[in-house]
Amino acid sequence: MAQFFNKSANNIARISMVAAAVLAGVGGFAFTQFSRSSYLTGRYVEKQQPVQFSHKHHVGDDGIDCRYCHQTVETTATAGMPATQTCMNCHSQLWADSPYLEPVRASFRDNKPIEWERVHDLPEYTYFNHSIHVAKGVGCSTCHGQIDNMPAVFQENTLQMEWCIACHRAPEKFIRPKKEIFNMAWQDGDLDEKERKQLKSDLKIRSKEMMTSCSTCHR
Amino acid sequence: MLKNKRNYLYGLLLIAYCLLTVGCGLRFDMQDQPRYKVYKKSEWFKDGLSTRDQVAGTVARGHLHDNKAFYTGKIDNPDLNAVVTSTVTSTGNTLVTSFPNDIDEFPIPVTKELVDRGQDRYNIHCIVCHGPVGNGDGMVVRRGFPKPPTYHDDRLRNAPVGHFFDVMTNGWGRMSSYSYQIQPADRWAIVAYIRALQVSQNPDESLKMSTKPESNTPAPKPAETTNANTNGGHR
Repeated sequence: MAQFFNKSANNIARISMVAAAVLAGVGGFAFTQFSRSSYLTGRYVEKQQPVQFSHKHHVGDDGIDCRYCHQTVETTATAGMPATQTCMNCHSQLWADSPYLEPVRASFRDNKPIEWERVHDLPEYTYFNHSIHVAKGVGCSTCHGQIDNMPAVFQENTLQMEWCIACHRAPEKFIRPKKEIFNMAWQDGDLDEKERKQLKSDLKIRSKEMMTSCSTCHR
Repeated sequence: MLKNKRNYLYGLLLIAYCLLTVGCGLRFDMQDQPRYKVYKKSEWFKDGLSTRDQVAGTVARGHLHDNKAFYTGKIDNPDLNAVVTSTVTSTGNTLVTSFPNDIDEFPIPVTKELVDRGQDRYNIHCIVCHGPVGNGDGMVVRRGFPKPPTYHDDRLRNAPVGHFFDVMTNGWGRMSSYSYQIQPADRWAIVAYIRALQVSQNPDESLKMSTKPESNTPAPKPAETTNANTNGGHR
């Protein structure tokens, strides 16, 4: 019987084994990168809204506190979207004729809420509550980024589980004193490691085991 | 031979089944479940709101608001014929100069915690127009909103506390009602802080400032009212 494979088949076999390993590695890496990409997570994608509302102007330039509009952030799960009345507190007088604000005036006239586009859309199998995070030293900008510098708001973080759990495993790396929660200029470097440990115990943040328990977020 | 062929067929079926399940796994039913979360649009209600208003004429448990002084800042038996006098300034502000039906004493005990809470809330809701110390030079005023009157004149130093509460609750002039933005207990806290600001800007004058709590009506706990949310009890 003649040789079925000639001698070069040895090299082809070796190369194809290495190539398969490399391909699997590259493929695996590509998968991890793709699943974290903004194409899938929506990160960094600016949403166009029915009104060209600029957080950069209202927060950054005017210095209005987050809670002037997001009133329920300290008491309920949702931070709270302002009623159109809140816009009209100022815009009954300022830019009252501006065509850009016509959707706001129309909403006020017709008593119909403005239909804002949701920017941060958590999957509905996760339980998330703003009030507990705010009460335990997680600042607005820790998750939402420099809102005071965003003309159109985008999602600053992936909102993927690995991102949530990174903080739930080691909250002391991300927390800040309670009076700085709404401070957009706060920097993580403003506290050293010892102060962070102290702050974690002052805020009575629960153990890593409790914080990373499945039912903490999936209930 | 026949057995091999059958195995081959089973193999193909298995692969097809795997592809099918993977395909179905890419659905998003769990991400977007057919239930209402806050601000989710409703297909059921005509106005598209999943967050429903309370039915007209009903009172939620604990929200009867029968403590008139606490919820309105008005005296129990107001004189309906009392004339509220006002003047119009050169800048177009209409100023009240008599306060016949406003209560003159805080309906809750004035504590340091209350004043601190008031400072906190003042710096959120009031500072935008009234400014850090209450002389009416807030950022929004600098952007062109008509300047509100200062707190630091005899008219408002002598105004009863009920007047400030009433203005926050019902609005006055170009100021809208803040009753849905600030809960009643927080409104009283802000009144206490405004009094503190008035002392701070006029330290030498004795100030008409009563800290006596009402003796016979128990003060509602601030926590009860500040937690009253507008989101239908969503968790």
